[in-house]
Amino acid sequence: MSESILKLESINTYIDQFHILQKVNFEVKKGELTVLLGRNGAGKTTTLRTIMGLNPASAGTVTFKGENITKGAPYQIANKGIGYVPEDQGIFYDLTVGENMRVAMRHENDETKERLDWSLDLFPDLKRFWKKPAGQLSGGQKQMLAIARSFINETDLILIDEPSKGLAPVIVEAVIDAIEKIKDRTTVVLVEQNFSMAKRLGEKYYILDNGMTMHHGNMKDLEQNEELKRKYLGIG
Amino acid sequence: MELIINLSINGIATGMLIFLIASGLTLIFGLMSVLNFAHGGLFVWGAYSGVFFFSLTGSFWIGILCAIVTGLILGLLTEVFIIRPVYGNHIRQILITLGLMLVLSELIKVVFGPNVLPAPVPDYLKGSWLIGDITIIKYRMFIILVGALIFCLMFFTLRYSKIGLIVRAGVMNKEMVQALGINIKKIFIFVFMVGSALAAFAGALFAPSAGAIYSELGMEFGIYAFIVVIIGGMGSIPGSLVAALLVGLANTFTAYYVPILSMVVTMLLMLIVLLFRPQGLFNVSGVSNK
Repeated sequence: MSESILKLESINTYIDQFHILQKVNFEVKKGELTVLLGRNGAGKTTTLRTIMGLNPASAGTVTFKGENITKGAPYQIANKGIGYVPEDQGIFYDLTVGENMRVAMRHENDETKERLDWSLDLFPDLKRFWKKPAGQLSGGQKQMLAIARSFINETDLILIDEPSKGLAPVIVEAVIDAIEKIKDRTTVVLVEQNFSMAKRLGEKYYILDNGMTMHHGNMKDLEQNEELKRKYLGIG
Repeated sequence: MELIINLSINGIATGMLIFLIASGLTLIFGLMSVLNFAHGGLFVWGAYSGVFFFSLTGSFWIGILCAIVTGLILGLLTEVFIIRPVYGNHIRQILITLGLMLVLSELIKVVFGPNVLPAPVPDYLKGSWLIGDITIIKYRMFIILVGALIFCLMFFTLRYSKIGLIVRAGVMNKEMVQALGINIKKIFIFVFMVGSALAAFAGALFAPSAGAIYSELGMEFGIYAFIVVIIGGMGSIPGSLVAALLVGLANTFTAYYVPILSMVVTMLLMLIVLLFRPQGLFNVSGVSNK
């Protein structure tokens, strides 16, 4: 059985006066792709933001590689080896593709170059538009840039928030292919509303509803469970 | 024609001084979303430090260096003790920095005395060149060259250096910069200190061109700097340069032909830009308060 890389225990998070996460429990095993599922407003994005320290938890514990990171600043958490692709992609529009990648590079050494070469092979469009302002890229290319940027440093875990959002089906296919290759190299937590994408990529799933963990298990089991899908995801 | 050229040189020199103050302010405003109304106070402290150390040592350059160091120290103290507790709250920022502006102005009187302080031009920059009927005052030309040099330095640093890329990225999305593993607080301090040093540097350069300085100068130039940031676009250095030159030229020409309208013309410029381009002349894409 593979070891736990990330563990959330009884996480409570407030945004202003709103109690968004209410005792969320969540565990990710090393090398697996875990999908966070749930309706709009279930607390999926806030869960990722809480892990990153962007919306710090008011109670509970976030443990990464055995270390308590609950009170860490976002930059400290990122430097421990967590890459983050936000829902809005977080692209710096006025910087070129190359500059977006350079901002993210903690070290400009051979290992970084190897990861850069690998990501440019994975997303050839980024190489083609290297000197183009990122704001001029298509939605799919921006998503590719955001994903490539998240693992330019040595990364043990990548958090990806709704990568298929707003993309054409053909682009979604390309993103699925890319994430499949990325999961061979690192652990991935994916927030996704597109269930067909989630079931193709995910090994484990967690369902959130009203800021609480409602169910979790193997993705293959969820595929068969029509009642769960209908109750929490509105499909099936 | 000669008059137009002379007025243009004066206007560009004034514009360059305003650019030096505004360039720091635009980065502070754009990157940190901080409304620093005490920025003019750093300008006036730079002016007094420059003049004081120039008269003490006899070296204009030591005066300039001391003004920059004063700006750096005041910038550090202001960021740590005044600005940091009020991040994200514009009303408190306005109140506390307006208060700081008054304190800085009054402290000038305590340290340097309440009287107007004469500010001499160094001997080697005194006088003028006469080309035909055009008189080029050496010190104004010096200000233009220094302003152009600082613009190039800032432009290339922001465009090509790693720290420049981080600052530009921070202007667009602070939250993402942190999520990439960068300590934005350190960047904030760095930018605040550099911005403050630029304001103090501008003060030290301004003093000899005015001939005399007084403690209330800061408020006047602080307002110009804010107008330039609004016209040029939040966080844009080229925008600050263009806006500062526009303000400098408009002010000089109006002061000569219709003196009564010299302040109104600056406000009018800002009004026109706000009406047609509320984001400023040079917009930095995706600027967010995140």
